[in-house]
Amino acid sequence: MSEAVHPGASPVPVERAAAREASGETRTQRDTDLPDAELDRRLARTWGRPAGLVGWLSSVDHKEVGWRYFVTAMVFLALAGSAAMAMRAQLARPDAGLIGPDLYNQIFTMHGTTMMFLFAVPVMQAFGVYLVPLMVGARCIAFPRLAAFSFWVYLFGGLMLWIAFLLNAAPDVGWFAYTPLSGPQFSPGKRSDIWAQMITFTEVSSLAVAVSVIVTVFKHRAPGMTLDRIPLAVWAMLVTSFVVIFAMPAVMLASTMLILDRLVSTQFFNHEAGGDQLLWQHLFWFFGHPEVYIIFLPATGFVSSIVVAFAQRPAFGYLPLVLALVATAFLSFGLWVHHMFATGLPQLGASFFTASSMLIAVPSGIQIFCWIATLWGRRPAMATPMLFVMGFLVIFVMGGMTGVMVASVPLDLQVHDTYFVVAHFHYVLIGGAVFPLLGAFYFWYPKFTGRMMSERLGRWNFWLAFVGFNLTFFVMHVLGLMGMPRRVYTYPSDSGWGPLNMVSSIGSVMLAASFGLFFVNALWSLRRGVRAPSNPWNAGTLEWALPSPPPAYNFARIPIVTHHEPLWKERESLPVAHGLAVDEREILVSTLVEARPDLREVVPGSSIWPLISAIALSIAFVASIFSPYAALWGGALVGAALLGWFWPKSSHEDEE
Amino acid sequence: MARPAPGERRRPAVRRSAPILGVLLAIPVLLTACQDKPAALDPHSPEAERVASLIWTFTGLLGLIWLAVAVVSVVAVYRRHEGPRDPLVLAPAGETRRTAVVGVLVAATLLVVLGLTGLSYAAQARLFSAPEEGLVIKITGHQWWWDVQYEGDSPSRVVRTANEIHVPVGRPVLLKLEASDVIHSAWVPSLMGKIDLIPGRQNVKRLVVAKEGTYEGRCAEFCGLQHAHMGMLFVAQAPEAFDRWLVAQRAPAAAPDAPDRRSGHDAFLAKPCVMCHAVRGTPAQGQLGPDLTHLASRRTLGAGTLPMTRGALAAWVSDPHGVKPGVAMPPTPLTGPELDSMVAYLESLL
Repeated sequence: MSEAVHPGASPVPVERAAAREASGETRTQRDTDLPDAELDRRLARTWGRPAGLVGWLSSVDHKEVGWRYFVTAMVFLALAGSAAMAMRAQLARPDAGLIGPDLYNQIFTMHGTTMMFLFAVPVMQAFGVYLVPLMVGARCIAFPRLAAFSFWVYLFGGLMLWIAFLLNAAPDVGWFAYTPLSGPQFSPGKRSDIWAQMITFTEVSSLAVAVSVIVTVFKHRAPGMTLDRIPLAVWAMLVTSFVVIFAMPAVMLASTMLILDRLVSTQFFNHEAGGDQLLWQHLFWFFGHPEVYIIFLPATGFVSSIVVAFAQRPAFGYLPLVLALVATAFLSFGLWVHHMFATGLPQLGASFFTASSMLIAVPSGIQIFCWIATLWGRRPAMATPMLFVMGFLVIFVMGGMTGVMVASVPLDLQVHDTYFVVAHFHYVLIGGAVFPLLGAFYFWYPKFTGRMMSERLGRWNFWLAFVGFNLTFFVMHVLGLMGMPRRVYTYPSDSGWGPLNMVSSIGSVMLAASFGLFFVNALWSLRRGVRAPSNPWNAGTLEWALPSPPPAYNFARIPIVTHHEPLWKERESLPVAHGLAVDEREILVSTLVEARPDLREVVPGSSIWPLISAIALSIAFVASIFSPYAALWGGALVGAALLGWFWPKSSHEDEE
Repeated sequence: MARPAPGERRRPAVRRSAPILGVLLAIPVLLTACQDKPAALDPHSPEAERVASLIWTFTGLLGLIWLAVAVVSVVAVYRRHEGPRDPLVLAPAGETRRTAVVGVLVAATLLVVLGLTGLSYAAQARLFSAPEEGLVIKITGHQWWWDVQYEGDSPSRVVRTANEIHVPVGRPVLLKLEASDVIHSAWVPSLMGKIDLIPGRQNVKRLVVAKEGTYEGRCAEFCGLQHAHMGMLFVAQAPEAFDRWLVAQRAPAAAPDAPDRRSGHDAFLAKPCVMCHAVRGTPAQGQLGPDLTHLASRRTLGAGTLPMTRGALAAWVSDPHGVKPGVAMPPTPLTGPELDSMVAYLESLL
């Protein structure tokens, strides 16, 4: 990035502040007068991390943390996908004996749990951790050590679940673990506890990332990035993070109550002792429905980014798109009861949720129409990211349509808990989130790695996924109407469900092959891909101003934003702000609405303590599956680790 | 690879493979068309009929909307490029037109949503209209079978059976649904949507069956290991036939009338079977498992797991876990002759 001062820019407050300090007695070296090469060298030294294994484990660089999130989430995707393939193998023929009921119930629970908690949410947060600071022109994510800590917690939670699976102790009560089936009486052993504790792990981690993302967007935006200049993808991550903060506590509360019921004989969900088994469903779905939007909303951000870059024009309807995000987030908290229509609720109450569930089609419609209007007559190049966006439009809209169907009480009672619903939510989640995610991966891969992914493999990837997906899931609509319920490990041959199940299984092989190609492409391109220029798609947002992959400090000089597509507005060079320290990790804190430079702040650097704290927390969590006292001594352990983490240091941090 | 120049297009490959893709994507649709009519769309009760027509209305309308969105999306990206290439220079006329079209479409979405909500409410109101009196059947869900009781005017006139529910055609039926262990959900696609059976609560469901026939139903809420084998059968009979059936079911079991049946009867009473099962008219009064008084009159065994045949009975009694792993019934150690006579006895429980 070249250094230039925008002719029209007003005097930059940071610079003034720096000048004031420079006149006083301070040793701090500032970027103001340094030549580019020297600046890069010094910043790399300040923002880099120690070499070696300990250095690697200590990293708090949001790009490294984000990348680790990706890789881990992708591994869990592969594992959960393998579980799905095992189910499709068993269901391909009627009365098949490949997998018994005990293993099958574990497998579908692992599939759902892993996809929702260990793949979909973390992979979206991975994008948030990696991209949000780049898109808002920041040097790092807010609370970088917290972000590192949440990665480790997520990793250990996922490991615990899959190690339990290897030990034949995986949960077998479905990803929504209804009580009383998951309670102490009907699920003896530790399987349900492992599920519930995995929830605790992943929710702690999601909440922490959500806080980091929100603070990054609110306080770390580059000067001039007023609210109406925030990229749509960042808006999506911001809104999602708020949904996380309001939705996740409900399920953490529920899973904690479940563990208490199981471990210390509380009776929250035991109707015989005055508890209520339906309370679980309310708490779970109060989280569970927003969860779908936690997965979907970031994907709308990816779609917006790709559509804008490929249409080569600003998004049509920036404001409606942002408002649609916010509206979806609000509405998502008023839908949960549509998962419970069959429980015998009062009809008036149920009908309220029909209206609210259907209403969510309106903000979704606004988004779809705005994207199409953006693309209309712009002749986008049909590269792989754009293909995935097209696949998204076709598949997600069908999922939305079946979503309107299941919102209707009488209709839902017929299709609820059948393969129709399985088809519906895979159209919504794979169409609405995974297709945009794959598109986003192709889109930002050059930024992550400095190389392009193979376009040829990308096309194969897309078409295999598109055809395989529809083969697998379209027929499930019909299977549901034919009477096939969810979560059955086998079905009789006289049911007539055999042929369509076989088609579905064949389609799933194609779908799996498409993911295989994706992994091959990602790995192959890492070494062999064509070298990428810094802005291969000629996109307009800030991350494309950086070299690929970006250096540890992201921006050598903090850009000043004059437009919501800054790289299109400032074709030659971005205006920049001066005055940040180069020999310590100093960042710019800006105001919430107008993003005026407000403060300079030193952020913490690499540290091994987030890892140690995460290990302590994991020990406490896992041990408390087995003994209530672990909450006590485990708490002390975590407290000790946090003491180490927050031990006061005599550094410039305090002097400033 | 750098971004392709704006003029360059790579469509031939897509065009070449378009027919293959078309065929591949047509497969599910064609196969679907070849299937028998799905049970949910083959209604045999006023309720299921109303829901089926609701499904068709929603599918038709929403399918058209989906098609329109898909076509417009494809048209949008293959249209001739309009306006200047500079990303920030937009023709004001084009933006105004976009605003108008998107505005109209959003309004239309709202109208469609309101219309469908209205349709849904209308159907819901009719489905759950004021309770009528009717034949009361209490169904209790267990892991993994259905206990069925026809209420009578006195306890001795209560008819107890399992997994097979007989109803008179045209007469209103009131189902009272409970569960003894975990949550189950009763569902008979051709007759009625789902209604959960929840421990500690009682749900009520009204039903009128329009046509005679045998309708398959099953548990729809995941309820543990053998959720897959928790079927039920609705047998709709002409009112007179139903009344005869009810009278027959109310009678105690016939005394065994042949030597092998008699020794089977004795074996049954001597073995742990009686701990869980009742056969009215004998000392067997267990309440944990299905009532076996008229076992052989039912069409299936193990909640729809096996057809009611001699072989199936023998398999079930000697090794229930081989048939339905995890079932509550323990295997009963029997000698060959004991098994033969017990099966003969069970077969006589008509």
